[in-house]
Amino acid sequence: MTMMRASRNQSAAADIADGVNSLPGASIYSRRATAMVERFWLAIRSSQWLMVASGFMEPLFYLGAFGYGLGSFIGNVQADSTHTVSYAAFLAPALLANSAMNGAIYESTWNVFFKMHFAKLYQGIMATSMGPLDVALGEIMACLLRGLIYAIAFMAVMLPLGLIPCWWGGLLAIPAAMFIAFGFASCGLAITSYLKSFQQMDWVQFALLPMLLFSGSFYSLDVYPTPIRILLEALPLHQGVALIRGLTLGQLDYALLGHLAYFTVMAVGGVIFATKRIEAMFLR
Amino acid sequence: MNETPTGTDAMIVATGLRKTYDDFTAVDGIDFTVTRGESFGLLGPNGAGKSTTMRMIACTSQRTGGTLEILGRDTDHHGPWIRAHLGVVPQQDNLDRELTVTENLYIYGRYFGLGKKFINAKVEELLEFAQLTEKRDAKVDSLSGGMKRRLTIARALINEPEILMLDEPTTGLDPQARHILWDRLFRLKEMGVTLIITTHYMDEAEQLCDRLVVMDKGKFMAEGTPAGLIQQHCSREVIEVRFGSERNAEVADQIRDLAVRLEILPDRILMYTDDGERDLARMVERGLHPITSLVRRSSLEDVFLRLTGRSLVD
Ligand SMILES: Nc1ncnc2c1ncn2[C@@H]1O[C@H](COP(=O)(O)OP(=O)(O)OP(=O)(O)O)[C@@H](O)[C@H]1O
Ligand SMILES: [Mg+2]
Repeated sequence: MTMMRASRNQSAAADIADGVNSLPGASIYSRRATAMVERFWLAIRSSQWLMVASGFMEPLFYLGAFGYGLGSFIGNVQADSTHTVSYAAFLAPALLANSAMNGAIYESTWNVFFKMHFAKLYQGIMATSMGPLDVALGEIMACLLRGLIYAIAFMAVMLPLGLIPCWWGGLLAIPAAMFIAFGFASCGLAITSYLKSFQQMDWVQFALLPMLLFSGSFYSLDVYPTPIRILLEALPLHQGVALIRGLTLGQLDYALLGHLAYFTVMAVGGVIFATKRIEAMFLR
Repeated sequence: MNETPTGTDAMIVATGLRKTYDDFTAVDGIDFTVTRGESFGLLGPNGAGKSTTMRMIACTSQRTGGTLEILGRDTDHHGPWIRAHLGVVPQQDNLDRELTVTENLYIYGRYFGLGKKFINAKVEELLEFAQLTEKRDAKVDSLSGGMKRRLTIARALINEPEILMLDEPTTGLDPQARHILWDRLFRLKEMGVTLIITTHYMDEAEQLCDRLVVMDKGKFMAEGTPAGLIQQHCSREVIEVRFGSERNAEVADQIRDLAVRLEILPDRILMYTDDGERDLARMVERGLHPITSLVRRSSLEDVFLRLTGRSLVD
């Protein structure tokens, strides 16, 4: 059997490491986050299609029940100062924002928690030339991949149903949903790294429900007195709903930039925190 | 215990290496140098600090004090670069349970940034190496403990490491698998791979290691070649005699002068001597007839027990 190279020649892995080592931040980042995505793909290919399918079905159920069911009692609604749309069309973009959040949170909390504490996955990965930032970014990108599948599938249903007043806004809503997912996934990852038990995981799930109910998904937050409205508008899901709804209405304005900035802060803050935590958990 | 690094061939250099967890000291100021192609063994009772030392070398645990350089670079600042040169077999398998055998090897190569073609060729080699070709598409959970161990070892070789770290590599393997593994490790060594091994099997240490340290409570108790350690810390031969548990202590006083050192255990007496047959004969001449007697060469196990004591500490 021909194991191993001739003794003194440098290995391919060592050559690669030499190339990376001169780049900035090489002690935490090997520019290899995509390997985590590849792993995610291998893992879901064999076992998790069902979960992906269920995540995609959820917004469709909401749309059927609330958008069309409840919506038939409601009729048309005022989506913003200039647009009046059917209730289903009012709800649809919010469901996309919601599913981007749910996919990202599910992946970055439950799945990551399991990998951190039970599967010992990161211990194995940290023994390779991957750095903590590779792992953090890679996990987030894996969440995004799941979110991207949801978003494309959902949009493929919404557009033909005529629920998107502005088609190019609908297309832009897909990358926007990725932005939302990135923000939630990186914060989810950072939060999960502090959690110690499954009970604490339930709190995360518990916090998501009021966020959905008071996100402006089902009705406009204008119904509340100003102080409460401002408080609710500051919640991340509302920001996501407003972003996607604005796009699907073709309403390009500075408010959208504000929402994007909001998720940029979430994403960057989350990544920094998550990287530090992964370093503390697996490299101390 | 210090050794001077021999030029550029020093693979690992540690001085005053320490690791504390809160206020507990797991590794308490150890110095060692490992040179290229050497195979270096860490022995020691449970909790001695072997795995902690291994993790610091593997750059997955930061030292609390001292210095640690691998291939001339500080482990604190060059983790990913150093790890690209290492193969790590941890004490507890941490295979990817969501993936198959082949996928485990493949994705591990990807973590090192290796190309698909390179990896795919390598995977075939490693499957054969670990004798897992038939199980190539099996999920990890369906493997036996020994197969998992072999897969973990194969996985550690995917990046063609210069230094292979093996933390109790053969625990849980059957004798056949153990001997096959020894043979494989020996071949790696011949190809110039540096081996760092911890083990609780003294025969394994004797077979595989050029140099050993015995570790206890975070400190090195002794260091040397297997033969050297025996010579230094033990007599050449050991006589084991049994007089029955009540009589052992009483007889001990009558034979104390025959041995270099005497150890009285509940069930038997160990006499450390330079010529076992001769001293056993002398004992019989004194009218002492043990129920059973055995003369054997002293072994690494005798050294180990002498240095680290017979009782369980924790
Ligand atoms: N993460 C940790 N936090 C706190 N204490 C730890 C940690 N890891 C190890 N220790 C302690 O450090 C000491 C040395 O542990 P280590 O795992 O290095 O021992 P070992 O020599 O490998 O033992 P064994 O032969 O049982 O594998 C032990 O007392 C252990 O409890
Ligand atoms: Mg150990």
